[in-house]
Amino acid sequence: MKKEGQIRIPSGCAIAAVISRSGKLMSGERIIKAMEPMHDRSNGLGGGFAAYGIYPDYKDFYAFHIFFDCRDTRKKTEAFLKEHFEIVKGEIIPTRKIPEITDEPIIWRYFITPLKSVLAELQLDEKEFVARTVVKINSEISGAYVFSSGKNMGTFKAVGFPEDVGRFYKLDEYEAYSWTSHGRYPTNTPGWWGGAHPFTLLDYSVVHNGEISSYDANRRFIEMFGYKCNLQTDTEVITYILDYLVRRQGLTLGEAASVIAAPFWSTIQNKTDIYDKEKHKYLRTIFPSLLITGPFSIVLGFNGGLMALNDRLKLRSMVVGEKDDKVFIASEEAAIRKMEPYAENLWSPAGGEPVIIRVEEGKY
Amino acid sequence: MDVNYIYPEFEIIRNMDRCISCRLCEKQCANEAHLFDAERKIMISDETKCVNCQRCVSFCPTRALKIVKSDCTLKENANWQNDTIREIYKQANSGGVLLSSMGTPKPLPVYWDRILLNASQVTNPPIDPLREPMETKVFLGKKPDSINRDKTGKIICTLPPQIELSMPLMFSAMSYGSISYNAHESLARAASKLGILYNTGEGGLHEDFYKYGANTIVQVASGRFGVHEDYLSSGAAIEIKMGQGAKPGIGGHLPGAKIVGDVSKTRMIPEGSDAISPAPHHDIYSIEDLRQLVFSLKEATQYKKPVIVKVAAVHNIAAIASGIARSGADIIAIDGYRGGTGAAPTRIRDNVGIPIELALAAVDSRLREEGIRNNVSLVVGGSIRSAADVVKAIALGADSCYIATAALLALGCHLCRTCQSGKCNWGIATQRADLVKRLNPDIGAKRLFNLMTAWQHEIKEIMGGMGINSIEALRGNRLMLRGVGLTSKELEILGIAHAGE
Repeated sequence: MKKEGQIRIPSGCAIAAVISRSGKLMSGERIIKAMEPMHDRSNGLGGGFAAYGIYPDYKDFYAFHIFFDCRDTRKKTEAFLKEHFEIVKGEIIPTRKIPEITDEPIIWRYFITPLKSVLAELQLDEKEFVARTVVKINSEISGAYVFSSGKNMGTFKAVGFPEDVGRFYKLDEYEAYSWTSHGRYPTNTPGWWGGAHPFTLLDYSVVHNGEISSYDANRRFIEMFGYKCNLQTDTEVITYILDYLVRRQGLTLGEAASVIAAPFWSTIQNKTDIYDKEKHKYLRTIFPSLLITGPFSIVLGFNGGLMALNDRLKLRSMVVGEKDDKVFIASEEAAIRKMEPYAENLWSPAGGEPVIIRVEEGKY
Repeated sequence: MDVNYIYPEFEIIRNMDRCISCRLCEKQCANEAHLFDAERKIMISDETKCVNCQRCVSFCPTRALKIVKSDCTLKENANWQNDTIREIYKQANSGGVLLSSMGTPKPLPVYWDRILLNASQVTNPPIDPLREPMETKVFLGKKPDSINRDKTGKIICTLPPQIELSMPLMFSAMSYGSISYNAHESLARAASKLGILYNTGEGGLHEDFYKYGANTIVQVASGRFGVHEDYLSSGAAIEIKMGQGAKPGIGGHLPGAKIVGDVSKTRMIPEGSDAISPAPHHDIYSIEDLRQLVFSLKEATQYKKPVIVKVAAVHNIAAIASGIARSGADIIAIDGYRGGTGAAPTRIRDNVGIPIELALAAVDSRLREEGIRNNVSLVVGGSIRSAADVVKAIALGADSCYIATAALLALGCHLCRTCQSGKCNWGIATQRADLVKRLNPDIGAKRLFNLMTAWQHEIKEIMGGMGINSIEALRGNRLMLRGVGLTSKELEILGIAHAGE
């Protein structure tokens, strides 16, 4: 049987997220609980979390979380990293032995920073070099898979139900101002740890519920720009598209949302604000291959915020709620109530309408 | 009767119980295959003249006529087939090059028919085009590499020149001269009403049709017939024709007999002179020369018109396309070897070039590998026969398709493949005034409009089934395609998996 990456596997899912606008730290307990009422939206073949603000002591270093299939692969990868980076710390990611999670790979994390001499030699900016390193390791070092690569953030994922994955990684012991989570329902997979969500590149992480019908159009376009969709999953391609649009093309999150969940031509035609109309026409004309069709609800995590977005027809459920400084997002209201029974202002964002939440400046 | 004599290919079967000798068939047949025997007061036929265009059959008021393939044949031989022998006799007689019209009828593989489409089931909902918006609009042209902003942070929304199409279809080049005034008028009016484009071909643009300029592609080919400043500025885009799928490496020849009246005026050549388009453009012997012509045309039109470079699908098409994509061209049009023609040497038409499916797949993959797919849009033609072919072409990587034979069929063409005779009974491939007037542009435009609208409906239906609600998300989406009965090599070139994989 072919594993993920050799074949494309569609899947359905559950997502949830919570963020504190004032940057207050929360343990992972709350987000793990959110996934419990949505248990049936997953099938035990993948769960994961992204947490922002968890590595304050190493916040100036890229935190690489890596799966290895064996010790040799780890040695090889470390040797590769040492050539290009200063590694200030490398350690096993602590886990808890529980019967629900088995067959784990070797899981390490490294706090690293690219060598200045290497950057100067390649004439690359730091983020671009780090992004290319992630793509290189994932496509060229067999058995190694970088699943998290941002600063002061980390993702944690595994084959299993999300609640169990959270306990496995001891997420109750981490403190973050923003959490996202995902439970996966792949329709046909032997289950591979790399295939679970979130998908990340630098500090962008994406959890995604849905199956996109534009996948190969998106993939074949984005691969022109140095990305490699090694796992052939929808979420991976969405992550790369957002990285390309926001980091490399300098679009705002709202503009990026207008590319991937573009308004219909008829909607653009009826806009009365001339600049807004021109801009939307322009974005659709120059990035036609980055329109994502088919059902999706996603939460994009990044340093200092979250963006939630539905496909333009809203073919997947997604609810947003608030309480005090906190904003909650989930596939179902039940998940929000589990995180905050007294959540207020619940609403379902319209298709293609991005919900962007930012932590106050200086609070993260 | 001599050694060259072969019994005619078709027999005209006339049911004498039904025939009322109204002589309508006689009037309709420009080939003079029907005659009235005044003595016997009955209609008779000269089958040697019949081209099987079905005009008489369509107009016979008593349905007394049918044309059938003759069963008088030479002794069967799998190697020396009837057509082959017939052609040898013809050439032994004339000493000439064989001429043919329209696309090759040879049974070479049609890959469209070996490709199947996907649909959504369970994990992803199909979308009903009757309930949800379904978009088919496309923009052709170069896309900028990066976003620029002004001082206030607003995006500067200036684009290189683009062609906007309501659906990914255009009528491809057919010159005024090779086809009639009324055929051109039908195409121009239909394109205008549909929000798509038609193409002048290398015959210039009749002054009556300048008003359809916003829906016109003006062509510049090796003969440069009809090219002048106003012509270049009048269209929505300019096409440089380097080659044609039906006759790669071959120029064109419109006989002096067709260079009459307005055709001569529009082509800017004397009446009765042969219009010969050389095989190469004599100012383009290499890729750097092409670049110069591209920019000459852009200069002449103040960089307001996208420039299309049309090439025939030949063996090295991927590398050629890559060169064109770096030449300043905005759009590459590729014409496959099954593409039609008003006249081409038979041996060239039937033996030179490659199928459009493979050419398209190879070019799209190559341009992506080189990271220059955004430099150009890709338009493909060369036997796009239905909405399904269009969907498959888009999923393989085309931005739009060119159709010509299908459009002529809509106008009444019955694919008799004798355009070169100039005696088209349907008023399409002829300049004879009595024949031209048979094609009513009101009806022609309406039928073209109907055909394209029907295809658009079908495209939407197929896209909806795939869970795709905009044509952009289909373009290059090869996962939506599966091959059946294809070899690993064919699948590899097409970049698709086999059914069941």
